Amino acid sequence: MIEISNSELQDVPVQKLPVEALINYTLNLADTSLILGHRNSEWTGHGPVLEQDIAISNIALDLIGQARNFYQYTAEVINKNQVAFDLPYVTGRAITEDDLAYLRDVLEFKNLLLVEQPNGDWGQTILRQFFFSAYQYLLYEQLQKSKDSQLAAIAEKSIKETTYHLRWSSEWVIRLGDGTEESHQRMLNALQEFWMFTGELFKPSAYEQVAAAMQIGVDVTTLKGAWMEKVTAVLEEAKLPLPTTPALQSGGKTGTHSEHLGFILAEMQFLQRAYPNSNW
Amino acid sequence: MNVLHQHNTQLPNPSFNVEEKKVWELLDQVYDPEVPVLSIVDLGIVRKVEIEGLVVTITITPTYSGCPAMDVISMNIRLHLLQNGITDIKIVQALSPAWTTDWMTEKGKQKLKAYGIAPPVGKSFDQQWMEDVQVECPNCRSNNTRLLSEFGSTSCKALFQCNDCKEPFDYFKCH
Ligand SMILES: [Zn+2]
Repeated sequence: MIEISNSELQDVPVQKLPVEALINYTLNLADTSLILGHRNSEWTGHGPVLEQDIAISNIALDLIGQARNFYQYTAEVINKNQVAFDLPYVTGRAITEDDLAYLRDVLEFKNLLLVEQPNGDWGQTILRQFFFSAYQYLLYEQLQKSKDSQLAAIAEKSIKETTYHLRWSSEWVIRLGDGTEESHQRMLNALQEFWMFTGELFKPSAYEQVAAAMQIGVDVTTLKGAWMEKVTAVLEEAKLPLPTTPALQSGGKTGTHSEHLGFILAEMQFLQRAYPNSNW
Repeated sequence: MNVLHQHNTQLPNPSFNVEEKKVWELLDQVYDPEVPVLSIVDLGIVRKVEIEGLVVTITITPTYSGCPAMDVISMNIRLHLLQNGITDIKIVQALSPAWTTDWMTEKGKQKLKAYGIAPPVGKSFDQQWMEDVQVECPNCRSNNTRLLSEFGSTSCKALFQCNDCKEPFDYFKCH
């Protein structure tokens, strides 16, 4: 699998750059949606009340669906351009969406660190979803204008779903923040746990910079202002303080993950690793 | 499968000419597995039917990104057309323009209501749909209803309850 880092940019032949950046960019979107979808699905059957169990499961389903669209497109780009993409157990056939989800290892996953963090309590899960949906909404809003028509189409499709996720998670942040003493305390704790991962959302990786320059991807640095505005407004209504600590944790976009991702993949990928190429 | 039997005179006939109207009629007989009262035409999932020679190309669009019914729907389209003598079938999935409940047919909305699911209220481009929509109870027709959960038994539904007859019901949300 080819990684583009700043220092390597000069060494890569110019015509290969767009395809590789597109692949890495699309994988980043796919992995982030998949991992958060997987995390949310851990609540299925364990939600605090039935309606919310269904809600978080629905959000999981939307996210995994969005991930599938991105993986399918990545596979198409890889196959069409005959990009050498090394995956175990895949020989003499085209790469599929499943291969990309089930056969890549931790270092190859490009998801945000925020989404791989353990669910914690309901408050933490809600706050993470709110931080993420507020970001994803702004991202899709821009991605709809991508020069890559498939990325634009996926964004156009997905933003309608994200609108629901954002509305739902905002309402819950307010309800819990401005709820009982205990729920307020838990939200403070959630802020403490997750704020540090929010900086990465707006810190572009090399492939995001290339994708943005080619106008196929979004310049994530431009999303920060509107995101802060939304977060500030909701936290204020929730009677929660806006954290002032720096949010410095990053690395997920380029494969440097916390120890948690390995456990997720071990569970998620077990079947395809143990029984390669098995089918339903 | 008696359907095969009825139509097998058409199957091997290569000069069989498919008409677009006929294909739409057949597609209107394919039902959504999650809301079995609606055909895929009622739902607005079928976007285009194109016929070139003997090849019939059908463009469909998913309701929600994670809709697990899409694969089943594709298979059911294929089966139903095959059973009716159409053998060269191409199914294309398009994401843009994104599916909206505005494409649901009037006939579809009436069928939903009769089935006990409140049909979508308003138009999706009208952002009001996110705010307080007034949904009529499909049981007693009261407008005195309330939202229980924005997410229901499938992606396309929200859960409501009637304040008058107390029955909970599904609302096919405007999307
Ligand atoms: Zn009623």
